[in-house]
Amino acid sequence: MPKLSNFPIAPEQASTFAAEHDAIFYTLTILTVVFTALVGVLVLFFAIKYREGSKVDRSRPIYEHMPLEITWTVIPLLLGLVMFFFGARLFVKMRTPPQEAMDVFIVGKQWMWHAQHAPSGVRENNTLHVPVNKAVRLTMISQDVIHAFYVPEFRMQYMVVPGRYTTQWFQATKTGTYHLFCNMYCGGQHSEMGGYVYVMEPKDYQAWLANGGMDMKPMTMEQRGAATYEKLACGNCHTNKDTDRAPTLLGLFGKTRKFTDGSSAVADEAYFRKSLIDPYEKINQGYTNTMQAYNELSEEEILNLIAYVKSLGTTAEPRTGTEVAASKGVSTTGNNQGQNELAVGALAGEKVPLPGPTSKNLAVGALSTESGANR
Amino acid sequence: MSATHIEEHEHHEELNYLTNGKTVRSWLLTGDHKRIAILYLVSTAFFFMIGGIFASLIRIELTSPTGVLLETETYNRVFSAHGIVMIFLFLIPSIPAVLGNFVLPIMIGARDLAFPRLNLLSWYVYMAAGTLITWALVIGGVDTGWTFYTPLSTTYSHGPISLAILGAFLAGFSSIFTAINFIATVHKMRAPGMTWFRLPLFVWAMYGTSVVILLGTPVIAITLALVMVERWTGIGIFSPELGGDPVLFQHLFWFYSHPAVYIMILPAFGVMSELIANFTRKRVFGYHFVAFSTLAIAGLGFLVWGHHMFVSSQSMYEGIVFSLISFLVAVPSAIKVFNWTATIYKGNVRLQTPMIYAICFLMLFTVGGLTGLFLASMGTDVHLTATYFIVAHFHYVMVGGGVTGFLGGIHYWWPKMTGRMYPDGIAKVNAILVFIGFTATFVPQFIVGFLGMPRRYHYYYFAPEFQIYHILSTLGASILAVAFFTPATYLIWSLFKGEKASANPWGAHGLEWETSSPPDSHNFHSVPIVTDEVYDFPGVEYAHPSHGHGKKPKPTEPVAKEHQ
Repeated sequence: MPKLSNFPIAPEQASTFAAEHDAIFYTLTILTVVFTALVGVLVLFFAIKYREGSKVDRSRPIYEHMPLEITWTVIPLLLGLVMFFFGARLFVKMRTPPQEAMDVFIVGKQWMWHAQHAPSGVRENNTLHVPVNKAVRLTMISQDVIHAFYVPEFRMQYMVVPGRYTTQWFQATKTGTYHLFCNMYCGGQHSEMGGYVYVMEPKDYQAWLANGGMDMKPMTMEQRGAATYEKLACGNCHTNKDTDRAPTLLGLFGKTRKFTDGSSAVADEAYFRKSLIDPYEKINQGYTNTMQAYNELSEEEILNLIAYVKSLGTTAEPRTGTEVAASKGVSTTGNNQGQNELAVGALAGEKVPLPGPTSKNLAVGALSTESGANR
Repeated sequence: MSATHIEEHEHHEELNYLTNGKTVRSWLLTGDHKRIAILYLVSTAFFFMIGGIFASLIRIELTSPTGVLLETETYNRVFSAHGIVMIFLFLIPSIPAVLGNFVLPIMIGARDLAFPRLNLLSWYVYMAAGTLITWALVIGGVDTGWTFYTPLSTTYSHGPISLAILGAFLAGFSSIFTAINFIATVHKMRAPGMTWFRLPLFVWAMYGTSVVILLGTPVIAITLALVMVERWTGIGIFSPELGGDPVLFQHLFWFYSHPAVYIMILPAFGVMSELIANFTRKRVFGYHFVAFSTLAIAGLGFLVWGHHMFVSSQSMYEGIVFSLISFLVAVPSAIKVFNWTATIYKGNVRLQTPMIYAICFLMLFTVGGLTGLFLASMGTDVHLTATYFIVAHFHYVMVGGGVTGFLGGIHYWWPKMTGRMYPDGIAKVNAILVFIGFTATFVPQFIVGFLGMPRRYHYYYFAPEFQIYHILSTLGASILAVAFFTPATYLIWSLFKGEKASANPWGAHGLEWETSSPPDSHNFHSVPIVTDEVYDFPGVEYAHPSHGHGKKPKPTEPVAKEHQ
């Protein structure tokens, strides 16, 4: 039984959004209290003063009064518009990550969170380690149902949807440990799909990265993608130049593709994801539908493959997967939102006890050393 | 109201609608809107009790961060059942199908609704819906939440989900039948002289609600049908694995379910207008504003569904538009509250039970409405959505508003429905107890929601600081449970021992108070002709525009310019 003396009335403010959010929140709270008190006091006062039998002046009652109606239409309307403006302004800020934000890729699944840091490729489950005072952009996707990635102390939340990448960002302002909740009901163990966010000093974060997260020897996302690319023998068709069978992947990312149905699309993350799991709907002009659907890939593998394809993006020289894998550390650029990946199925057998803050990770955030363990 | 009898009908001298036919068959095959209302009253009260038991289980369970009684699987089924039963089987039908069914035809001077058999069918369809949902709960329950979000409901969740969805689907048709009936009745069956602006505001509210039901409910019916199609056939509509779009479901669902909030609250607004006018003995202040704000809410209510989806990956610009309209829809509600408050000014207030409920409603609904602004404002919605803040907010609107309105209406029309008075003293104390219990239950939930407690969480041992608020909330809920149960006892008591009610025990104004309590099967012995204005209380000086300035005109000759 926890101590009841613990009696907070407001969540901690630990991100750059928190103060602005709370300013709007408290303004609305004041409006609520003032208007409720106004209505309550007037209703009770009138009801008692004009109760049946009381001797008060009831002459010349009013039944319609246009100036009054206009007053109590316009005042709430104006107050509402002001609050709308500040709320929308904060929201636009929340939806606009800065260019220099560092990327973390999140995969949600019943009932755990999996995170992979870029560019290091360090992975973790049910926790998120981030440096303080650094913008962090989360690119998120769900492997099954809809989840929501919610950190109350940061006043941030966004849904994690299957079949599409969503993003959100934050900048922590205080080191410490904060709640991570899934806040979209996702069945069964929904209430335990969570953990903690650890905000660390930059040097501690670097030390944590160097420790490798949950992997003994973490690879970068590009390396993992290259390994998958090798395993699936993608290079049998996608060679270093366009062939009859398939276009080359070199420099493909970001190009506009034309399809046999006459439509076209920019080859972005969503396009690559779609082309992997369902290549039949959009066929590139000049090709036939020969690729199989790789719909057994996990979302982590897809993110890794996309990261790998991106790493081929600006390369003039044809490179094979092994070459990329050998040259460690192809850095991902900061302005793409949907690259990289997240390991949902952490490699079995890898056991890396985490030091430092993670060892505090007791109740919810028990760090799973087995892949995909549900807490 | 001075009604002139133009048409004598033969009628059963001593029989009223309750005594005219005593067999079970005469009840189950009745076409009488009043009897159907009683059937609805008994069945919605039953489901309210079921939903209340589920609510109690939830509150007990949350007193401890690690649960008290239930397994997580069970807990998930319990809160889903609470939502499904309360919304589809109690809140949506409660005021329209019970109070609306009973008083709407009498209020406009009609003998019945336009389609009595359709009315009876709507009750049978409702009971079929209730049976299916109960069946689904008995054979294992559903753990999708009342929102049935995809792809959880279509692919990942197991259990009798199709059964529960079919129940919700049928409940929708029951509402549609009632809505068709009300619209046709209000248009075609008003008594001579009952012009649109002589309609009691309760009739306006029923009319607005019916329009919303008619336009919105088919969408949820189709949506739920699509969920069933996907479950049964694997045709990809919502599941991304099958090529569907899970967020599409949310759009379709909230396109109905946000207006459904107005389906639940507009009728309560109507009840409030009746209570406040009749217990202050005054015409409702700004009658036209109150009437048109009902229509404004009904219209704008269809354009705000996206405020449920600010963080659902809908476009940011789309969200901004939805946020703006959501702030606009708050204004007509504010207009109503201010007009009701102004009505009491210089009234002749009788502080009887229905008026106590009206006062409680005004305060609770004001809080419910204003806390909605926190969720219409995008920046704060990000933090508060899907937490206990939103749980508290919608309970303030739907229980503090909807259920308080329902209880107020039941206490107001009970003498008319049963011919008996209940003990006013106990009922008044109980009304105050509802207010206290309700406030004690849900104010702590606002705070714990602001702290970040997600809704639909069984465990919260990782955030023990939430516990104190859950304990406070559960204490409040136990007061509320008593306050909700007590009316059942004294109202049933009054059926046997209550003082006999006169035709107009409240000194109220309106056609329903001109017929006997309880009314006979045909409501009126002869068709009333309406010659005076709505809420035209004797002895109160008149000054509203339709009466000229301060002069009460002589009653004019009845002119049957309206139909019928």
